[in-house]
Amino acid sequence: MSDDHVHLILAEGHEEDTRWAYGTGFEDPLHGVDSAVPDGIDTGELAAVCVALADDALVLAQRPAEWTTRAPELEQEVALANIGLDLLGQARLLYSRAGQVDGTDRDEDAYAYFRDAHDFRNVRLAELPGGDFAFCVARLLVLSAWKLAHFERLTASDDPVLAAIAAKGLKELSYHRQYAAEWVVRLGDGTAESHHRMQDALEQVAPYLDELFSVYDVQDEVRAVLKQVTETAGLPLPVCRPLPGSGRDGEHTEHLAPLLAELQSVARAHPDATW
Amino acid sequence: MTASHVDVSAVGCAGSELQEHFETTIARDRRIEPRDWMPDGYRRTLIRQIAQHAHSEIIGMQPEGEWITRAPSLRRKAILFAKVQDEAGHGLYLYSAAETLDADRADLTNRLIEGRQKYSSIFNYPTLSFADVGVIGWFVDGAAICNQVPLCRSSYGPYARALVRICKEESFHQRQGYELLMTMMRGTDDQREMVQDAVNRWWWPSLMMFGPPDDNSPNSAQSMAWKIKRHSNDELRQRFADMTVPQAEKLGVTLPDPELRWNAERGHHDFGTPDWAELTRVISGDGPCNAERVARRRAAHEEGAWVREAATAHAAKQAARTQKGAVA
Repeated sequence: MSDDHVHLILAEGHEEDTRWAYGTGFEDPLHGVDSAVPDGIDTGELAAVCVALADDALVLAQRPAEWTTRAPELEQEVALANIGLDLLGQARLLYSRAGQVDGTDRDEDAYAYFRDAHDFRNVRLAELPGGDFAFCVARLLVLSAWKLAHFERLTASDDPVLAAIAAKGLKELSYHRQYAAEWVVRLGDGTAESHHRMQDALEQVAPYLDELFSVYDVQDEVRAVLKQVTETAGLPLPVCRPLPGSGRDGEHTEHLAPLLAELQSVARAHPDATW
Repeated sequence: MTASHVDVSAVGCAGSELQEHFETTIARDRRIEPRDWMPDGYRRTLIRQIAQHAHSEIIGMQPEGEWITRAPSLRRKAILFAKVQDEAGHGLYLYSAAETLDADRADLTNRLIEGRQKYSSIFNYPTLSFADVGVIGWFVDGAAICNQVPLCRSSYGPYARALVRICKEESFHQRQGYELLMTMMRGTDDQREMVQDAVNRWWWPSLMMFGPPDDNSPNSAQSMAWKIKRHSNDELRQRFADMTVPQAEKLGVTLPDPELRWNAERGHHDFGTPDWAELTRVISGDGPCNAERVARRRAAHEEGAWVREAATAHAAKQAARTQKGAVA
């Protein structure tokens, strides 16, 4: 590589979109994908499914973003950022699909930045505050095991776009589940302190489990995964009374509104701006 | 001839041959590799240089990382998240390059959080608006590229190879930063003001990234001789200014220097003198954000100790279980 190579390229014409990896005109994550909806699909229902799954992913992605520069070691910085980016990618595709089919023609940012907490349909486990690293991996284990089972079913969706988004997500979610499972085992088995923290984390997560199983019947599958991981980690999976209500119906904890206030702050301060 | 006599002469002879081999390798612009003999001073200087570079990548995640949760569009959020992740990756390969010189990552991290090793002065300035994300990409990654592209020819192999990848990623970051600013300049008046304000705040600190002027840069001569530094601070600063001025014109912003003008005779831009007293203050720990940057890094390291200890304990238990299984 000659010294000047990079400098020369940067000085060349910036107005040509083709020079950018992300062309400046490229705004739609589903750009180039056939948006037609097959006959017989209830578009309202399809959009609702897409928005709920996108809300899960967007809200959960905010937590790895918060871990940035705070992770226990650099390898975990990189891993958590990967997970956050995967989730963000899922959210973008799902919001875009919702906008194509719900008749509003909204773009991804309209869903992410210009709806209030009571319009969000994410499960409540996704919106709980960050907690310690044990809580981070406990929540990730539960949500990724659940989402993976869920997405496996969605690959057979009658909507080819949703099926494709789900298929793309399988590899990502398998990695998230693997990453989380490995850490639950390490922390459960590691030291007295890590064991104690991991047990606490599972207890914090447990009340939110039942909410996950309201739509698809993946309960047995997910519980089997959790049982396998927690047994390997030497931790009992806590049994507790499920909390009433569901984020899927717009019922949230007190933690969602502040999370969204931060996420939406710049976009809402400049509603006419283009980014 | 006694055995001891043979040993001594062989060592003496090998020592001078090794030194000669090292010097010839450098003179021929070939690479020194981890298992090659090298003078202690070369090793120490490289460890310091690579560690400071690694620390800069890791501390450099903070000013921009603050904006990931607040990025104003999902596309910008993904771009910024990926950029900050790349910086963590750069830190990792650089610490690994330092490890090939027998340095220890944990020890280098301790030196950083105890204030015994430095990182780039630029990361001690605050990020006040989302335009700063674009300007950091444009100026700071641009300056880093000017500094580091020549180091892809550094005499130390592992460092040079790490830099090839780092420079590619940084040039991508620079374009993304510039593209954000182009988009903002096409937006509202408020956005244009944000961009100009960020340019005003980051221009001088970016020029200072190249270090003190050549007549006050004590370690440079030896590093140039060893080819672990390839151009002087002032040459690189000039290159950065020449590269950036036309980009600023195209963007429609003003660089905050009344003395900045094209000098046809020199074939370069003339520019004003940075506030070197400010650079000295920032380097010696008195910049606007030094304390909080190091405090954040220290907190992450200390709060993560129980996780690292657990991983080590688990690995030891696993190894013991495997061994026991093998014996049984």
